[in-house]
Amino acid sequence: MKIGAPKEITPGEARVALTPESAAQITRLGHACLVEAGAGAAAGFTDAAYRAAGVEVVADAAALWAAADVVVKVRGPAPEEVAFLREGQTLVAFFWPAQNPELLEACRARGATVIAMDMVPRISRAQKMDALSSMANLAGYRAVIEAANNFGRFFTGQVTAAGKIPPAKVLVVGAGVAGLAAIGASVSLGAITHAFDVRPEVAEQIESMGANFVFLDFEPSQDGAATGGYAAPQSEEFRAKQLAKFRELAPEMDIVITTALIPGRPAPRLWTADMVAAMKRGSVIVDLAAERGGNCELTVPDQRIVTGNGVVVIGYTDFPSRMAAQASSLYATNIRHMLADLTPGKDGVIVQNMEDDVIRGATVTHAGAVTFPPPPPKVKAIAAARPKEKPKELTPAERRAQELDAFRAQTRSQAALLAGGGVLVLLAGLYAPASFLQHFIVFVLAVFVGFQVIWNVSHALHTPLMSVTNAISSIIILGALLQIGSGSFLVILLAALSVFMAGINIVGGFMVTRRMLAMFQKS
Amino acid sequence: MDYGFTTAAYVVAAILFILSLGGLSGQESAKRAVWYGIFGMALAVLATLAGPGLGNWGLSVVLVAAGGTIGWYVAQRVQMTEMPQLVAAMHSLVGLAAVFIGFNAEYEMVRIAGLTAAGDAEGLAALTGFAQKVAGKTAAEITVLQVEVFLGVFIGAVTFTGSVIAYGKLAGRVTSRAIKLPGGHALNAGAALASLLLLALYLQGAGAWTLVLMSLLAFFIGYHLIMGIGGADMPVVVSMLNSYSGWAAAAIGFSLSNDLLIVTGALVGSSGAILSYIMCKAMNRSFVSVILGGFGNTAGPALAIEGEQVAIDAESVAALLNDAESVIIVPGYGMAVAQAQGSVSELTRKLRARGKTVRFGIHPVAGRLPGHMNVLLAEAKVPYDIVLEMDEINDDFPQTDIAIVIGSNDIVNPAAQEDPTSPIAGMPVLEVWKAKHVIVSKRGQGTGYSGIENPLFYKENTRMFYGDAKKSLDALMPMID
Repeated sequence: MKIGAPKEITPGEARVALTPESAAQITRLGHACLVEAGAGAAAGFTDAAYRAAGVEVVADAAALWAAADVVVKVRGPAPEEVAFLREGQTLVAFFWPAQNPELLEACRARGATVIAMDMVPRISRAQKMDALSSMANLAGYRAVIEAANNFGRFFTGQVTAAGKIPPAKVLVVGAGVAGLAAIGASVSLGAITHAFDVRPEVAEQIESMGANFVFLDFEPSQDGAATGGYAAPQSEEFRAKQLAKFRELAPEMDIVITTALIPGRPAPRLWTADMVAAMKRGSVIVDLAAERGGNCELTVPDQRIVTGNGVVVIGYTDFPSRMAAQASSLYATNIRHMLADLTPGKDGVIVQNMEDDVIRGATVTHAGAVTFPPPPPKVKAIAAARPKEKPKELTPAERRAQELDAFRAQTRSQAALLAGGGVLVLLAGLYAPASFLQHFIVFVLAVFVGFQVIWNVSHALHTPLMSVTNAISSIIILGALLQIGSGSFLVILLAALSVFMAGINIVGGFMVTRRMLAMFQKS
Repeated sequence: MDYGFTTAAYVVAAILFILSLGGLSGQESAKRAVWYGIFGMALAVLATLAGPGLGNWGLSVVLVAAGGTIGWYVAQRVQMTEMPQLVAAMHSLVGLAAVFIGFNAEYEMVRIAGLTAAGDAEGLAALTGFAQKVAGKTAAEITVLQVEVFLGVFIGAVTFTGSVIAYGKLAGRVTSRAIKLPGGHALNAGAALASLLLLALYLQGAGAWTLVLMSLLAFFIGYHLIMGIGGADMPVVVSMLNSYSGWAAAAIGFSLSNDLLIVTGALVGSSGAILSYIMCKAMNRSFVSVILGGFGNTAGPALAIEGEQVAIDAESVAALLNDAESVIIVPGYGMAVAQAQGSVSELTRKLRARGKTVRFGIHPVAGRLPGHMNVLLAEAKVPYDIVLEMDEINDDFPQTDIAIVIGSNDIVNPAAQEDPTSPIAGMPVLEVWKAKHVIVSKRGQGTGYSGIENPLFYKENTRMFYGDAKKSLDALMPMID
């Protein structure tokens, strides 16, 4: 099959879906790669580099679309690109089928198979092709960089000869992939970072990145697992509490990065105009949800604006494209993994296996039919959270009572055992001859000593313990030695056999124990 | 030399034995402790040889030397993976010796009874050693002696056949499946009851045939009991037989009125009993349920397992390991079967040389013998201070990057905690699934010995590294950097 990457025609789009590196890997799957001349130029990949990787460079888009069996792109197809699609061709791109029903219908009408990279289900196996996450990761990082660029002060606190510099305070709203990346970058730059998310279960992740989780005291009503790891829309009551919290934080924060988005929905309005008004002059807001209307009320998509009180609001929607080289190599790797899944035999034959959760989920048109939306995946993204059972807090009195009970029960059972044992011994004493009892005392004491000693043996030495007890249980040789002097032939024979066997055991047991123990070495 | 000297030597030997067992509390002290045991044994044997009432000591020395040579040879040659069968085989020898010595005691009793009945005072006076002691006993003492002999022979016989079967199962010469004759445990119970009946007859003076018949019954019990226990329960079985061999020695000690035998037998017996208890606890099963049969009787339908087993190749495993900071390796019987301990050690060395934390998590019943894994890893020169017990390491899995499961199955089965109907529900397990990634090295997709599905293999952070453990690890090795 021929895999081709055209030049992106969306204005400002600098990414490319095929890099020389990914092309080399795709070739190993048995495919041939094509690229339109100049497709990688904006991302820093020259045509010469493609050629060196064995990629055929095609002069224009028409030729590429005609030659390629599978077209890999970043953005969804523009109308003129849809016109190039032909029956049996496969298109892999960010398609957003829910938002673009007409485009979907147009592609279906052309008879092409469309694989939407944004529809890859969020399950572990598909992480390697989760392009949304790789782009979100970039966006989160870049958001911090843009914020730093527009913020007139240091991120990290310093005490210098020229005075003390307080650290910047950063609030990240929404701790998805982008949010966590932003937290990471912000913490690395030295800012005091706070983060908020409606899903209480991500508190641990936030804290693991070194940020403080902004805690909202609210009864959790939802389970993140049910929505494939994304947050679900919130109730009014919750929203009110959340906004109150933000209002409280707004005057303190120097930088606010909002990343709250639920796929297929307009961005929730979380940072209202009055919060912006409450912020200090020179503060920066970066709104990563600008494309879907923005989390901040004042966001203008694709623009950087300065409000009346000197707060910068950045509404760029092309953060990944601003880091085109990195974004392209990540996206191309996601595409390569998708192609690897589509080519199970590594023989250059694309198999559109509609039984596979990942492929089924991402395929939006196939064989002349719209296959969107997909059925729910067979594998849940995240195991359903179990309602946590809180261990009952015991009052000191209850605990004391419990301990006392346990102690009493123990005392009772010990006393019963001792009494029972004592009675048995006394009974034996009544009937058994004195010579027996003498030995019996020795026996009982030896059992006691044995129990005390053996409990201290380390678990790691259980095998040597067995072999050494084996060796010493051959002490039975003494019995045989005492009998071997008897006059009867039969007794001598049996005793001799016993001596012989015990001899094997004694030497074998001790030697093998010694061998084992010598092997235990400290590092 | 007289009894006084021998007894004094016995006291010293008994103390040395206790010290020898006590020394096993730590790896370093254990190296010294084994010498205590050797000296104790040498002292006991020499004191007996030099003591009163011994004839044929030349023959004894020759036999001990001959047996010792064989023992030495076997001890030098045995592979560490074959340790379980060696221990089982040695138990059988103790059991058989106990049976023989018991028979001898009976023979002497009969002879002396004959002499006494005939009024042969000269003959009685000529008796030496054990026979002399027996001759001096009262009727009540003789009865006690008879019970002791009977018990010694019974326990010895069960130990003998049981150990032989355990040896066969561990060495793979007898099928490791649980097999029962029709009638099951009723047969064992019947045989035990019949033995009790024979004891009554024997005390009535029915003659030596009762003793012989009882031995045959006991041989059968040993055989049938162990045949009915499956391979995975072997740690319990071996420790149980260990215990029996001790009790047999103690019973013989009673019949011979020899305190050293009693003390040593009691030490060994209690040691084996504690080991059995620890093993049972580690499997969350009662001793009785282990003896009464193997796994397989589920308490209800198993929870359906969702998901798929995802395979991984050596290259990706290497990539994961290269990125990892902390690794915990959980070995099981499969590692012993594949003889992969050397490769595991090599891998550990390489990873540690790169500054990664590598530790081992050992489940108490991993392998076929208590402590089996520790010995194998020690043989492969894995330092013992990174080999930890289950309780020491279980809390560390959530902070671990990679858990590598090599040839173990039930001991890492999350069903024990998650599925109350699972046959192993409640068994303490190593919580490997809490690590960020789990790599399972396994021969194929089948279930393990117990036939229980393992949901671990279907977890999303689990990757299956199929293939022979040794070969897989060797393939992995050059890629670690």
